[in-house]
Amino acid sequence: MATEAEALAGDWGGGVHPYRVGHRKLGMWLFIMSDSLTFSALLMGYAYLRASNVWPTPFKFYPSIVFSSVMTLVLLSSSLTMVMAVSASAHGKKSSAQKWIIATALLGATFIILHSIEWSHLLSEGLKPFQLPAEWAERWPGSTPLFGATFFGITGMHMFHVFTGCIYLFVVAARVKKLKHEDIEISGLYWHFVDLVWMFVFPMIYLLSIDPKK
Amino acid sequence: MSAHADTQEHFAGSNKLFFSIWFWLLLLTGFEVFLGYVQLPVVYMLVILMGASIIKAALIVAYFMHLRFERLNLILTIVPALVICICLLMVFFPDSFRAKQLRYSGPSPAPESR
Repeated sequence: MATEAEALAGDWGGGVHPYRVGHRKLGMWLFIMSDSLTFSALLMGYAYLRASNVWPTPFKFYPSIVFSSVMTLVLLSSSLTMVMAVSASAHGKKSSAQKWIIATALLGATFIILHSIEWSHLLSEGLKPFQLPAEWAERWPGSTPLFGATFFGITGMHMFHVFTGCIYLFVVAARVKKLKHEDIEISGLYWHFVDLVWMFVFPMIYLLSIDPKK
Repeated sequence: MSAHADTQEHFAGSNKLFFSIWFWLLLLTGFEVFLGYVQLPVVYMLVILMGASIIKAALIVAYFMHLRFERLNLILTIVPALVICICLLMVFFPDSFRAKQLRYSGPSPAPESR
């Protein structure tokens, strides 16, 4: 056993616990790696289309930019409440952790509601996945109808992750007393990852398509 | 026994640290939104926005996702592979720029008589 302790001492030691995390946590990290490649591929596909086409820049200050900025604030704050949950759980305060997790999930739900309102604004303007509103097509002649496909595809995929995360967090909150600390930490990893993805979606989708005149 | 073990969890980082990270993330976001209304060429915008986003992502991964406090082994397993794979996705861009030349980009403002 002394050799194991020695092997674990150094960063390159490896030993029997090369990562010093549980198998579930390692699994979540591997999932996060694959999921970040999914989002990278979506965003690169978007960048490919954008660089090879005339691209509309239609987002008005209100509602789009105001809504998306508030959504960013909500998601960043939900990450903070999640950190508080993990911190409370690490100190053995399970009921406090439960409250923080529920707060996180509610902020996530707020994000989904705000995003749905923002979607409905665009849908009512006439934006469809494979069709631009007539007004936009006139203002940006020759622009690609795939604007809606990338917008709804990427933000929809992200919203799906937030939705899944909310359900995950509510389940974790309900079972918090039975779960180990590491399980709560793992749900935190997923939630922070969803936040991280939005940190790329928000500037690439919204801020690079601001309508400077409105 | 397990309940006792739970109270002994190793957890690095104070609430003050997490609040300051959150504050910096908000500040960078505010800067990004402000930048959206400064009329810079799209290439500069892209570079600055991506730079700010990468800083934000690094802060989230390092502190919120706690990776900074994990073993170096785990960090070296996750980060370099991901960075390389994402960069490899950029091989398609030369084709994207070529396709731009082939596309109809609206009526030319001053048609020349030939």
